[in-house]
Amino acid sequence: MVVYFYASLLIRDGVVTVNEKENIQENHDRFPWKLVIGFVLSIVLTLLTLWVAFRSGFQDKMVLSLMLLLAFLQAGMQLVLFMHVREGEGTVQVSNMVHAFFTAIIIVAGSVWVMSFGMHNH
Amino acid sequence: MAESTHIHDKNVPLEYSKAEDRMTILGFWVFLGAEVVLFSTLFATYLVLHSRPADGPTSAELFKPEIVLIMTFLLLTSSFTGSMAIHYLRAQNMKKMIVWLLLTMLLGLGFLGCEIYEFHEYIALEGVSIKTSAFLSGFFVLVGTHGLHVTLGIGWLTLILIQLKKRGFTPRTARKVFVIGLYWHFLDIVWLFIFTLVYLSGMVL
Repeated sequence: MVVYFYASLLIRDGVVTVNEKENIQENHDRFPWKLVIGFVLSIVLTLLTLWVAFRSGFQDKMVLSLMLLLAFLQAGMQLVLFMHVREGEGTVQVSNMVHAFFTAIIIVAGSVWVMSFGMHNH
Repeated sequence: MAESTHIHDKNVPLEYSKAEDRMTILGFWVFLGAEVVLFSTLFATYLVLHSRPADGPTSAELFKPEIVLIMTFLLLTSSFTGSMAIHYLRAQNMKKMIVWLLLTMLLGLGFLGCEIYEFHEYIALEGVSIKTSAFLSGFFVLVGTHGLHVTLGIGWLTLILIQLKKRGFTPRTARKVFVIGLYWHFLDIVWLFIFTLVYLSGMVL
């Protein structure tokens, strides 16, 4: 599901315009329900994260995995709906963000893994 | 006003109408990519040192869920109001855009106030500091760097609001509003991970 989500981000042209289907004039004269949906989504995802953390009773690994999944989903939602990452130089911008997050995950998970050995002796 | 000679295509948002501004937006995305990596090193340091509270409190003993939840919802809401401001930027509705920008700034100030209160509680009431333990060094540096970014964002937004008042909508001011919008949403994304990996993980795992 996550893979599909990010794959769908990549399939975009790099043309300098907003979504070609939407005319700016008619689009921006209407109330932006898309943004409201994004806001509701971010609230729901946060509440879900809270439930996973405090109420679910899952095992620690499951709790952490689910919370991270929800955080990445919310980050992706913000990038697409609020930050318009696919507009402008969309392909370059999306690739750059995917690469940045990839590097970040390697740095964080890699450091935690490498430093996990021998810590219990202290 | 050099911009007034520019022929504006209504189908292209003002901030994308000139090559220079388009490249600035692209450049800002590259900067945000570097910021993601910068924060990842602070996250890595924090997570590695989390299990070393020395003589000080552990994260489970120190963190209080209430204030963290208030901060999270303040910043989430400010991210939404920021996106509304960009919507009205594209509708070229100055009045509504300013209102949403001011609302965003207010929520940001609320967040910052909560963070200062939280740090003050820890330092004054719990008697801890950045030197207490490896865990707290990592904590104050990571969360403090985020708070510093929010502070910077509020100052930056103030300057942009002054410029908007003076110059109105031009490709350049439109681009500046769009770019600070990107910056603001980015800070919300970083907070998502602080919320998850620092606070929630620190309280329940």
